[in-house]
Formats: sequence, C-alpha cells, structure tokens
Amino acid sequence: MTSWQELLIDLAVIAIFVGGIAQFRTPIGARRGNLTAALAFAIALALLVYRNTIGDTAVVVVAFLLGGGVGYVVSARVDMTRIPALVAFQNGAGGGAACLVSFVELTREGAELAAVNQVFGYVGLVVGGATLAGSIVAGGKLAGWFRQRPTALPAHNLLLFVLLAGGAALAVLAGPAGESAATLPVAGVAAASLALGALFAVRVGGADMPVLISFLNTFSGLAAAFVGVALGNQMLIAAGAMVGSSGFILTMVMARAMNRRVGSILVGSQLAEGAPVAPAESEPAADPSPAQAAENAPAPVFDDPAVRARRALAGATSVIIVPGYGMAVAQAQGEVATLASKLEAGGKLVRFAVHPVAGRMPGHMHVLLAEAEVEYDKLFEMDDINDDFATTDVAIIVGACDVVNPAAITVEGTPISGMPILRAHEAGAVIVCNLDEKPGYSGVPNPLYDDPDTILMLGDAKETVPQLWGRNGG
Amino acid sequence: MNEIALMLGIFAVTSVVSYALISRVPQRLHTPLMSFTNAISAVTVLGALLLFSPATSAVGFAPRPTAIEIGLGAAAIVLGAFNLVGGFAVTDRMTGMFKR
Repeated sequence: MTSWQELLIDLAVIAIFVGGIAQFRTPIGARRGNLTAALAFAIALALLVYRNTIGDTAVVVVAFLLGGGVGYVVSARVDMTRIPALVAFQNGAGGGAACLVSFVELTREGAELAAVNQVFGYVGLVVGGATLAGSIVAGGKLAGWFRQRPTALPAHNLLLFVLLAGGAALAVLAGPAGESAATLPVAGVAAASLALGALFAVRVGGADMPVLISFLNTFSGLAAAFVGVALGNQMLIAAGAMVGSSGFILTMVMARAMNRRVGSILVGSQLAEGAPVAPAESEPAADPSPAQAAENAPAPVFDDPAVRARRALAGATSVIIVPGYGMAVAQAQGEVATLASKLEAGGKLVRFAVHPVAGRMPGHMHVLLAEAEVEYDKLFEMDDINDDFATTDVAIIVGACDVVNPAAITVEGTPISGMPILRAHEAGAVIVCNLDEKPGYSGVPNPLYDDPDTILMLGDAKETVPQLWGRNGG
Repeated sequence: MNEIALMLGIFAVTSVVSYALISRVPQRLHTPLMSFTNAISAVTVLGALLLFSPATSAVGFAPRPTAIEIGLGAAAIVLGAFNLVGGFAVTDRMTGMFKR
C-alpha cells in the first residue's frame, strides 16, 4: 500500500506538525506554531486528494464548507468567557467525526477489514462516541444549559460497566473479522458508547471541569489515532498521538494542582465521601478557627468596606490580584484590568497570581486577562509568586474562593485539604470582591471571610471592582 | 503485520516527542494549547474524506457508497471541518490577544 516515497512524505508532514507544537513556548511562538500546523494540515489534505480519487465531490465540498464556515464564524465571534464551552464542543465534534468514520468503515458493504483494523475500528467508534457525548455534556454544563453540580445515578459504576460489556458483546455479535459488520449491532455499540460518555461526564461537576475537559481532549486524540490504525493512515495516528500526549499532560497538571488523583475526580469520589457540595450542608468541623468564630462579633461596621478598601490601597506600594472563575462569570476582566492600570498609574507594583485550576479550563484566566489587554508578563504562576504574598501590602481577590482558602493548609480531612493554594491570606490586607460569602465549589467555608482584617466587598465584581478606584463609591 | 509495526512505531515515537515538547509549554498557554491540539485531532476529517474514495476498499471493485454511507460520511466531514477550522481560528485569535 504505502510506498517508500509516500511514507517519507508523510513523515515530513508529521514533522511539520511536531514543529508547530515545538513553538508553543511564547504567545508569539504559539501563534506561529498554530499557523505552522494549519499549513501542515493543508499539505496533508492536498496529498490525500492527490493520492486518492474522491467521489461525490459536490457532497464533500459542501459538507466541508458548511462545517468549516460555521466553525470559523463561531470562533471569530465567541466571547472569551465562553471559550471553555466552545473548546468542549469542538472536542466533541472531533470525537463525533471519529465515531462516524469508524461506523461507516465497519459497516461498509463489501469491505474486507483485517481483524486488527476491525478491532481498532470498534475502539475508535467507542472512544469517539464517548468523547462526543461526554463533550456535549461538559460543554452544556459550561455553557450553563445544565446545572454544573455533579449528578450521580444509583449504581452509576455498575451502569457504566454494563454499557461497556454490552457494547463489547454487540461488537462480537456484529460479525466475524474479514467481513463487513451488520449495521444494527454496530449502531448498538455506537449508542452504548454515547450513553457511556454522557454518564461519565454528568458525574463530574463545576470546578473539576478543567480535569474533565483535559481528559476528553486526550480521548479525542486517541479516537483519531485508533481510526488511523483502522484506516491504515499514518497522519491520523501521529496527530492523534500528539493530542493524546497533550491532553494527558494537562490532565495530570490539573489533578496535581488540586492534590487529587485523576481517577477520584473522574469517578466523583468527592461526592461519595459525603463531602458537602451545597453550602447548606457544610460541616462545622471545617471551621479551622473556633476561637475566631467565637469572637466573631460583627467586624468593624463603622466603615463602608469600599472606603476601607480604598484606604488600604492608598497606603499600599505593592498589590497582588488573584482572579478566579467568579471574574469570568461576572465578566469583570475589563474592570480588573482597569483597576490594575489605575493602581500602576499611582506608582504601585501590581501583579496577578493565577492558580492552575482557576476557572473552568487550563489557562482560562490568562486568556480572559489577555483579552482585557493585561500584559502577560504581569501574570505569575502559583510557585513563582506564592512567597511574595507575605511581603505584599494588599491582595485583591476577584471571584476566587477554594484556590485561596487557608483551610486547605490548616484543616485536615476536607475535600481541599492538601491542595496547594495561593497564600493571599499572608498579605498585609485582603480585599475580597466575591459575589457572596458562600463556600466555593468544594463546599469548605473560607475562614478568610471571618478575618476582621479582610475587607469584604460582596456583590457583582463588575460593580464592586470599580469602587476600588472611587467610582460609585462616594 | 509490517504495517501494524510501522503504525505502532509512529504512534510511540510521536507520543514521546510530543510529551517532551508539551511538558515545557507554560501555564499561560494552556488554553490555546488545548484548542490547538483540538484542531489537530480534527485530522479525522481526512479519514472522513477517505470514505468517499473507493481506493480504500480492499476489494477490487468497490461498490458505490450507499446513500446512508454518503450521509454519514458527509456528517463526519461537517463535524471534522467545524473542529478543524474552528480550532485553528480560535487559537489564532487567542494567541493574537496576548500582549507583553
């Protein structure tokens, strides 16, 4: 099938793809790398059309223009706060394509698939289908179509197992190797894989989304690679391997940043342990400072928090801003960027501290702040800035809770115990611009809110952040 | 079987090389990295195109694809192209927003 020359050319194209990834070091390099890979893709596409006779040209061209056109328009117009949902849907589309290709390849009339190709065809079908359904559920949660809380059915694991086993049984039923499989059982396998993906994703909630998205990313890559084996196409295999590696790395990075095992996040074990998910159920044991709670006489109320906050900022020479998912929800990144430039104009050192799992996907905060035109060398990763909080005058938290919750360090046995946090509480003063005092996704109350030295500016960050520089504040 | 060995080899080598490269991507580029690799995973669109090529069929005379096969193949192309074009476009937009 594959002649020497063709193989060499394929390897060269794969090398261009890899060259694209290699440029992901700086934002400028990333942009070039992206274009490099797009070019490699165009070459791959041209090679494929050159080497094979493609029938039904009209259908193919129209389908390509339709999908590509919609993809382009959506990408060009999407709001940066919606990026996690868009990425999830794009991921699902890739999985769906893999699922459909496998389906047709397996059931195609008169096809003679070797046993190996057939097996990989099924794997591609299942992984692709699960990626499609899982990504739709994840994207739906991120877009706010469904509630973000995890949903577990009774005997959830058993159900997943039954679907997997049932799918495998149907695949065997579908027909022996070497012949095209019967359509109905293969459709059954596809249906089982869709149910599998959806069930898998509904159990993962809110703040665990970065792990789920990364994991689905891995899967869409693997699906492409499996389809590649079924079709005997090196390009698909290599590209799938790249995506798989990337997704795997991101999954690990996210899980490490939460100090949890990937498995336990994805099977929703936090839920199983009976950890409080709703604020109403929060355990009193999670309060680390009973002494503080005891003397929790209403914090000094004689001053308006906005006035106190402005006074704290006026006397500060250094400020660290900690953005969280709440900033994305409030769409307050523009206000935060303005605040930063106003403080800088006042001669203060302003930096941003970004927790790896802040937001709903890896790197979410960086993209939002980039959109708001915050220079990226002001954004610091956790390990690079954590020691500086102690010598910083004011920390401003905007829409973050769990990632700055000192209970992660001081209290044992909570869902976030041991999770590395941004030590904002070590700053001279802490201003919190959160919607409310409710615990974050983990359900663990944040003792920072009870600290009399914390200035709580509760409400929509789009309203409260501007008060820090005097607007609406009086 | 040679072909299978070749394919596994390509999978293994690309995995290892990409792993080494991607481990060094800074956190700030993680979102663009994900949409970028997402776009790459749309290579399945190449597989979808091959469905329309009789040459992939092992039998000498490939029958014309049935209406169902054409429909499903076209759907695969639509999804793949959405992922492909959208992924590269949104990555370009995001990486273009980063300012030093």
